[in-house]
Amino acid sequence: MILRSGESVSDFLIRNATYVIFAAVLLYFAVQNIVFLTPENLSNIIKQSSFIGIAAIGMTFVLLTGGIDLSVGAVMFLAPLIAGFAMERLGLSVPMGLVVALGVGLVCGSINAIVIVWLKVIPFIVTLATMFLFRGFGTWLNNSQQFDFRDDMRVFGLSKLLGIPTPVIFFALVAIVASIFLTGTAFGRQLYAVGNDKEGARKAGLGVDRITASVYLTSSVCSALSGFVLIAQIGRLDAGFGEGKEFDVIAASVLGGASLFGGIGTAWGAVVGATLIQTVQSGLSFTGVNLYAQPIVQGGIILLAVFVDGIREKKLIAMFKRNIRPMAES
Amino acid sequence: MSSILALEGLSKSWFGIPAVSNLTFDVRENAILGLIGQNGAGKSTLMNMIGGVVTPTSGKMTWRGQPYAPQSAADAKKAGIAFIHQELNLFTNLTVAENLFIDAFPRRRGLIDWARMKERSTEVLKRLALDIEPTLTVGRLSPGERQIVEIAKALHNEASLIIFDEPTTSLTPREASKLFDVIATLKSTGCSIVYISHTLGDVQKLADDIAVLRDGQLVDQGSAKDFPISRMIRSMIGRELGGFFPPRSQRPENVGPILTAKKISQPGVVKDISLNVHGGEIVGLFGLMGAGRSELARILFGLDVHAEGEITVSSTSLAPGPQARIAAGMAFVSENRRDEGLMLEAPIADNLALVTLSQFSKAPFSLLDFQKLRNRTENVKNELAIQARDIHTQPVKTLSGGNQQKVVIGKWHLAKPRLFILDEPTRGVDVGAKYEIYSQIQRMVGEGSGILLISSELEELIGMADRIVVMNRGEMMGEITSANFDRENILALAFQESAA
Repeated sequence: MILRSGESVSDFLIRNATYVIFAAVLLYFAVQNIVFLTPENLSNIIKQSSFIGIAAIGMTFVLLTGGIDLSVGAVMFLAPLIAGFAMERLGLSVPMGLVVALGVGLVCGSINAIVIVWLKVIPFIVTLATMFLFRGFGTWLNNSQQFDFRDDMRVFGLSKLLGIPTPVIFFALVAIVASIFLTGTAFGRQLYAVGNDKEGARKAGLGVDRITASVYLTSSVCSALSGFVLIAQIGRLDAGFGEGKEFDVIAASVLGGASLFGGIGTAWGAVVGATLIQTVQSGLSFTGVNLYAQPIVQGGIILLAVFVDGIREKKLIAMFKRNIRPMAES
Repeated sequence: MSSILALEGLSKSWFGIPAVSNLTFDVRENAILGLIGQNGAGKSTLMNMIGGVVTPTSGKMTWRGQPYAPQSAADAKKAGIAFIHQELNLFTNLTVAENLFIDAFPRRRGLIDWARMKERSTEVLKRLALDIEPTLTVGRLSPGERQIVEIAKALHNEASLIIFDEPTTSLTPREASKLFDVIATLKSTGCSIVYISHTLGDVQKLADDIAVLRDGQLVDQGSAKDFPISRMIRSMIGRELGGFFPPRSQRPENVGPILTAKKISQPGVVKDISLNVHGGEIVGLFGLMGAGRSELARILFGLDVHAEGEITVSSTSLAPGPQARIAAGMAFVSENRRDEGLMLEAPIADNLALVTLSQFSKAPFSLLDFQKLRNRTENVKNELAIQARDIHTQPVKTLSGGNQQKVVIGKWHLAKPRLFILDEPTRGVDVGAKYEIYSQIQRMVGEGSGILLISSELEELIGMADRIVVMNRGEMMGEITSANFDRENILALAFQESAA
């Protein structure tokens, strides 16, 4: 976040747009009511961010390859539901239920990956279809009724480790692992290469199909985890749970700097994006803005972020335009 | 000196049509071979065979005395052959070091060993005298620096033969001369080099040996010392014009200029281009790849902007953008018909009607008059001899390349354009279809339309055009009327080095 040499102030602002927006939002709510900045309130925001945040980290993997995953909201619903059935019928413990939920995520992700990579259907259409498929399957299983978990589910969801709420621990764990994976492993760096130039990656001999498949698995597993962790805090699963959340998740990734064109984005960015969205939501409730007006503000912020993404992309294209004649000798 | 790569009777045909036939020559070890030839002479096919992308139909290759028959690009890489293409193969969102190591990162305890990567990258970059941090993102480098990074990739992979294909097209003169220093360094450290370029002066300066390809055959070779540029051009042209072209149509007389461009400039693209096209006239636009022909066409048609100069149609200046130009009677067939010109899944008739659809709507609700549409598209099909069973149901993608191109021309022809820009209308089209396209062009000119015909085949322009405008590096090098058509002269203009 330092002004690079030779960089104009506007370039700097565009590069760090999310942080600039974040600072403005915090400042605005603090001016409205200074209580907004108390540690209790801020830590509460981070806890609530973990839900969208964990899924947004998975989504960032998908966006990095230039794909998209619309089925995350449905996986958030289906995974805890099937885990709940397993816990009820087989008497599994909550941690075992979590394992089942992650398994469901793995299966959902595999379905997406198989159709996208091997049947070569575009990700938007595939995940749009599986969004209906996964949700429909869950609704059909449970006759569109709510599902009540045993009491130990809430005990788990509201537990703390060293004074830190369990959801935050999961959020941090996923963020750290994803971050190390993306920046520190060969597979992670190759993922960026695929997003930058798929054909080039193929020519360089990278396992493009394997990499592409893996991001849809990652996304679904993250959504399953995020759904399970949130439901564990509530103890009850409604039929409409997670509906439309795919858009909050995509918005969080994009706010965090992921490009829908692929090749750009970080796990840390997804954390920041999700926290920003949650801050806005909490802040609006906090300052007593009309409940129905809140989506308008949220929509505005997403538009702003996508607009910035567009500018960034245009600058990149301008940078790479082929010149026939020398522009000017330096 | 011994040969590092020997070709013996190497041939490749596509569906029985030879692209390269019976090539026999050596690439000497620790020397620079300059390989030249016109577009379509077979250079790319040859490179693709060496690179393992294309399998030869017959003949054999010998690499360092061993039989060499690569099945994939990876085989060529393993053998130690690297390609530096015009289009660079770098990931712009990653660092220089990551680009070097992308397919095999060094690891330490499961994670990438950054220290080792940086050390090795610095060492390779130093050998190429490129003073940049390996941790810099490639997207922030200039085209010249990126080219050196691409070479660094080759060195990193221990390549002993590096093949350059038009490496200087996107470089400034200063960057190019830096590249030549690097190539000299490579040679002095034991690398062998094949240098392919249209810039004959560079080839003359760099190469030790020169080989000339024409129509897929090796027509001339020798030491660069006794290979002046005049001999290169003579060898490259060779063949006489055959009866490939239809007779010129009777031209209407005294039709004024339709398209006039005055001093068109756009930084980095074209400079000071002035040309005009009269009714009943074919103006050829010739230049090598990267000379700026297609870019100029896009500017003329309003698809790209220009900073200076004026474009008028029938002496009226136009609003920016292609719509005003279409309304004024201009039409444009781009060089890339698959991406820009055709809806491949849609029926032929739908494609034909696309541009003129509004002419077929009728009162009161502006619904389409399908009967009229049917008749008119049927007419075009017959006029252009499009070979199809049923143009109303058959998708365009089922047609051959030549027939697809006729559909593209036909859809604009329906609009009766007064000025037609054709960019490489016969690329990838067989001889028979070529003749029909040429006839159609002559017919339109006979009806009073003006044509701007862009081509990299000089024979095509000499056979068709009334005037030829030659471009080179975004500048206009000259304009030659049909009485003075002279291939050597035109090629000399096109190959001339910019005065930098």
